[in-house]
Amino acid sequence: MRCQYCENPATVHLTDIVNGVKKESHLCQECAEKQQIIKHQELNLSAILQTVIGQHVGPMTDELARLTCPACGIKYMEFKAGGRLGCPHDYKVFQEALEPLLQRIHRANRHVGKVPPRAVEHANQLADLMELRQQLRRAVEAEAYEEAARLRDLIRQKEGTDER
Amino acid sequence: MNVESLTQSSGEWLRGTGPESDIVISSRIRLARNLAAFPFSNRASMHQKAEVEAHFRDRLGKLDFSPRLDYLTIAGLSPLDRQLLVERQLISRELSTSEGPRGLAVVAPETMSIMVNEEDHLRLQVIRSGFALDEAWSDIDRLDDALEQKLNYAFSEEFGYLTACPTNVGTGMRSSVMLHLPALVLTKQIEKVFRALQKINLAVRGLYGEGSRASGDFYQISNQVTLGKSEVSILTEIREVIPQIITYERQARATLTRESRQALHDRVSRAFGTLQSATMMTSEETMDLLSSVRLGVNLGLIEDITIPTVNELFIQTQPAHLQKLVGSPLDGEERNSARARYLRTKLREVRHNLN
Repeated sequence: MRCQYCENPATVHLTDIVNGVKKESHLCQECAEKQQIIKHQELNLSAILQTVIGQHVGPMTDELARLTCPACGIKYMEFKAGGRLGCPHDYKVFQEALEPLLQRIHRANRHVGKVPPRAVEHANQLADLMELRQQLRRAVEAEAYEEAARLRDLIRQKEGTDER
Repeated sequence: MNVESLTQSSGEWLRGTGPESDIVISSRIRLARNLAAFPFSNRASMHQKAEVEAHFRDRLGKLDFSPRLDYLTIAGLSPLDRQLLVERQLISRELSTSEGPRGLAVVAPETMSIMVNEEDHLRLQVIRSGFALDEAWSDIDRLDDALEQKLNYAFSEEFGYLTACPTNVGTGMRSSVMLHLPALVLTKQIEKVFRALQKINLAVRGLYGEGSRASGDFYQISNQVTLGKSEVSILTEIREVIPQIITYERQARATLTRESRQALHDRVSRAFGTLQSATMMTSEETMDLLSSVRLGVNLGLIEDITIPTVNELFIQTQPAHLQKLVGSPLDGEERNSARARYLRTKLREVRHNLN
């Protein structure tokens, strides 16, 4: 088979399925690089990761499927599909499901390395901020805009004081 | 700092000095860090990414750290300049091609840098010529501490530094050593080395990281596990395995010189000759020929060129570097012709200076 852009033999074969429409491409190495198919290869790596994630998290319980992070709004389903978490808080929200996965990837599920000097201070502030963000989300959903504005300012103020 | 000034030198990691620098090109450590108050990049809106960038730049300006880091916005750079930064290993392909506010903080000799709004909010990097993981760790640890004074990192006692991808959580550290292993490739023993490394959970990649093939016989060896081990023990594991690979490569070189010296000398001389006389040269062929020449120089088979010069040719013949040198954008054919012309001129200069 020939490359669809030039006369060289096609060595890169791609099948994209977008909105149920299948599209096949056949390219030589050089054109594939020009067309930045390399980026697609990187996507394949995350596909591999997803397979790992899919296999080792085990069957999803209904409860897990419904789990949503109150801070960033990501659903556990979405993490499972995309392989990337939405915010630092997800490690708490999805902890139960993440631990077996971490065990699989790292053969461990607890950190034993460096602890940032301001860690404790961080942890408290992080929890505060997450709580405030959660309240903000609820306020917006309830269309309580005055309350939302107050919370937003409070969050900004707290974010601004992270400097020593 | 501007991108133009970078093209004047070959960059820290190709300096060709440091311990074991005939085989070890460079030692690199990367730390993934995120800001606690923001969603990870993949879930951040353009507005939030802009906030992360502005917040980081503000704190960077107040950083109690020397040497000073300059900031470049990636969106403000031409595609060619971005490609140049990728070739110099200062930014990833992902950062180069993604969208939205993102940037690079970098010190002048390119030894330390920070990518902003990549997969994680911050990706710190220290790179050193030769086998120097401990020095790289002490540099990056110091940079990390200085940043942490000014920024609220996402950190949990249980899981360590929190990252967008669970494969990086914990230390967030990826430490890698880049090796030039032409003799193990020639003697077909390289696969055996890979299998042994994979068994002890170390990853092997090509010159430009994930998915890139090992052109020029360059291989990066790095840790995969980031959770449940301390930074020091991860570094120790790599530090202990590298001398073994160096020994295998040296043994393979000795075998080649002993058992097929003539064939080796011929291969090396042909490579050198082709580089000095060809009129069209692809990037891939250049890498392969330079790899043979580099081996020849290290074995004393070629005496009229030095390792730092060979290293410089490796980087300057990369597509974006070449176009910067020529001063205009070139298509594939034009690049191959310009690359061959550059190599001929440069090698003539080098030989002339030596005689």
